Amino acid sequence: MSFKSLENIPHLDMLEPFKGVFCDEYAVKELKTCHEREMSDNKIVGSLEEAIRLCGLKDGMTISFHHHFRNGDFVVNQVMNTIAGMGIKNLTLAASSLIDIHKPLIEHIKNGVVRRIETSGLRGELAEAISHGLMDVPVVFRSHGGRAAAIETGLVKIDVAFLGAPSCDPFGNANGYSRDNDKGVICGSMGYAKSDAQYAEKVIILTDNIVPFPNVPFGIPESDVDYIVETETIGDPNGIMSGATRFTKNPKELLIASLASEVIQATGLFRNGFSIQMGSGGASLATVRFLREKMLKEKIKASFALGGITGQMVALHEEGLIKKILDVQSFDLEAANSLKNNRFHQQISASYYASPNNDGSAVNQLDFVVLSALEVDVDFNVNVLTGSDGVIRGAIGGHSDTAAGASVSIITCPLTRGRLATIVDRVNTIVTPGKTIDIVVTDQGVAVNPLREDLRLALVSSGIEVCSIEHLRDKARKLCGESAPIRYTDKVVGISTYRDNSVIDLIYQVEEDV
Amino acid sequence: MEERLRRTMMFVPGNNPGMIQDAHIYNCDSIMFDLEDSVSIAEKDGARMLVYHALKTIDHESKEVVVRINSLDTPVGREDLQAMVRANVDVIRLPKTEKAEDVVLCDQLIEAIEREIGREVGSTKMMAAIESALGVLNAREIASASKRLIGIALGAEDYVTDLKTNRSPEGIELLFARCMILQAARASGIACLDTVYSDVNNEEGLIAEVKLIKQLGFDGKSIINPRQIQPIVDIFTPTAKEIEKSLSIVEAIKEAQSKGSGVISLNGKMIDRPIVLRAQRVLALAKAAKILKAEEIDNVF
Amino acid sequence: MTIEKTASAGTLESSDILVTVEKGEPKKGVVIKLTSSVSKQFGKQIKTVITECVQTLGFEDLIVTAVDSGALDCTIRARVKTAIYRACGSTDYVWEA
Repeated sequence: MSFKSLENIPHLDMLEPFKGVFCDEYAVKELKTCHEREMSDNKIVGSLEEAIRLCGLKDGMTISFHHHFRNGDFVVNQVMNTIAGMGIKNLTLAASSLIDIHKPLIEHIKNGVVRRIETSGLRGELAEAISHGLMDVPVVFRSHGGRAAAIETGLVKIDVAFLGAPSCDPFGNANGYSRDNDKGVICGSMGYAKSDAQYAEKVIILTDNIVPFPNVPFGIPESDVDYIVETETIGDPNGIMSGATRFTKNPKELLIASLASEVIQATGLFRNGFSIQMGSGGASLATVRFLREKMLKEKIKASFALGGITGQMVALHEEGLIKKILDVQSFDLEAANSLKNNRFHQQISASYYASPNNDGSAVNQLDFVVLSALEVDVDFNVNVLTGSDGVIRGAIGGHSDTAAGASVSIITCPLTRGRLATIVDRVNTIVTPGKTIDIVVTDQGVAVNPLREDLRLALVSSGIEVCSIEHLRDKARKLCGESAPIRYTDKVVGISTYRDNSVIDLIYQVEEDV
Repeated sequence: MEERLRRTMMFVPGNNPGMIQDAHIYNCDSIMFDLEDSVSIAEKDGARMLVYHALKTIDHESKEVVVRINSLDTPVGREDLQAMVRANVDVIRLPKTEKAEDVVLCDQLIEAIEREIGREVGSTKMMAAIESALGVLNAREIASASKRLIGIALGAEDYVTDLKTNRSPEGIELLFARCMILQAARASGIACLDTVYSDVNNEEGLIAEVKLIKQLGFDGKSIINPRQIQPIVDIFTPTAKEIEKSLSIVEAIKEAQSKGSGVISLNGKMIDRPIVLRAQRVLALAKAAKILKAEEIDNVF
Repeated sequence: MTIEKTASAGTLESSDILVTVEKGEPKKGVVIKLTSSVSKQFGKQIKTVITECVQTLGFEDLIVTAVDSGALDCTIRARVKTAIYRACGSTDYVWEA
């Protein structure tokens, strides 16, 4: 083949010829050392206000936050105060979740800085105020998987993401801990912030801990980051990590947990290589302990544990009973430290965790998920968003995602809480559709969804007493008495969406007491 | 009717509505609402009223409901009895029983109330707690003092004080009392229950003590926390081997009966009455622990 | 029985109700001041139970202050009755079989 024939390749003449080493248009020889570049060519800007200005944040735009700092978060309030001071208004606030500490948002809503909210959940005074009609536009509640999908598909378009990070190097490699030098704040996984960083138009990292390049491993890569703001403090370690989560001593929770572990064993899917997700509630955590005994006795090991991770899961991993951990959110310090130190404890994004757009999403690989509930109705629909009084007090989290993905979804809840029935005719707010809920375990009986006759037979043949969900409802009603229906106004204050982002239920404003 | 199992009798403080309403969800064999030591003098009336209404309202399903009343030497104790017999309690637990007369007095008072309200005479059962040296020495007479008695129990805290000693982990100081009341109970054909194990967080200690009293021959133990139920049930649950052996014994009896043979033998060995009784108790325990399947139970009972 | 003094029964613990009764004014009926963690769902029911209880013991005019922490009906009955017996300084209990 002659060189001449190369000229026959179409458009060859349009390609640029080589003009010599380091010509101006292409690349320059970098003479500065890494250290010098860290000082001069970094993404750090002088103030939060400057970073916001550089991002071009304007009225009506969408901003986002993560909730990995839980009730110790200082980022949301700090950023919102700065934005309010700059006179920007009518924003949509798309947080992965909002909690008690975010109650100053009430003022920002009243002053018109925030017009719309998207979140997984609301708690505390902010939730109360919104339930009583604080906002003109209803809050949109999305599951973690639904939110990831909404961001990926452009349904939610984030203009500026404000992401607090316990460590970040001068070029934007950020993480929930640092292998170089942890300061007071560590949060472990940054799973919910990953999609925001990837898809937001502009990304600002707020950190109190600038570490040398390269901050590896990183949760958020430098390629996703535009600006870095160093602030004195991003959160209160005590609110972020409440120390080791302890096993409950509450006998009722232990009873439910023991029953849940019996149920898991009886399904027939409790075998070598099984996979599981558990919540951080008392009964779920205790279930881990009872399962551990069974795993040791039956010589069974789990292939992976998923989701929000606790020290209890880590202990099983370190004992060799759980091979791998996929961590979208680290619930306690032990989980965060394990993510830092254990090779098979992997940080994953909300999308990898639960996006319905992705067949490979981890929830689909689950054999078991153990979930909690504020209410379950006779159609097995679950509410984790509003209390028995109709007031918002919870979060969707990964509830609907994992229930849909897991081969067996198990709800653990007390039959009654004080005088309030947990098993009811119709839940106040549907979050997870009953079709995806398989087994309900209470302190006073186990009910199996009629769609899962296979599971009912498996349980019964293992000697577990199974009753109908109606039986549980009647039992609760007999104990508590008939509760008066909650009175609502016509105003919609919240929209409960399913993981495909369709609307599954509406939350109305509760009527004031006269 | 088969004899009721009393492996665990759970104390529930009588003035705590939350604990009272939840008591029935645990898998103890008997629930014992306490009007005595767990209730302060000022709250005796409140606790009595609370337990009275709870008994009349809450469904305790198949569990045996016991109420520990205050001493009948006091007006408080007599009022307790009035309220509880009327609330249809299964068993009245008499505290600090020292002599047969205590039991007889209680029996008579109960009978008077039963007659007054038209409750079947004798349907209110009794048990007596023995909590002093005198009580222990009188155990034989106490245990046979009333047909209402379904069992006697040791209350160790007051007893060791009476002995001028205290409780040790090994419980050597209780050995005489345990053996004494056990002989008394067995001689009268009633149940015998051991004292509470008060360190709720020490499961190992509890297990050691339960193994000891089971070996001595006790029916079960009083407990103060639902967390103590499962370890005790586990100890009282027969092993697979014991169950298998007992099943074949019962099978052999059936076979002998169907052949009209008076002599029962298994694998060439004679089976006498004690062996049969032991086998039946093993199977009753296995059934209660739900480790015998339905069809096997049908075969046996 | 007659009310001699103001008296209370019950506690502020979860599943309990703290009931205080005092002499009411003639012809004013049973006046109930209720605070409850479940008032939206059970406020009316709680008041009905209290009124029934008061009337069963033969009182017409009585002021009842109740702080409820999710007590069941049977607990409410017990606490109201205990408070009334205490307020009357009476131990002449009526137990129904």
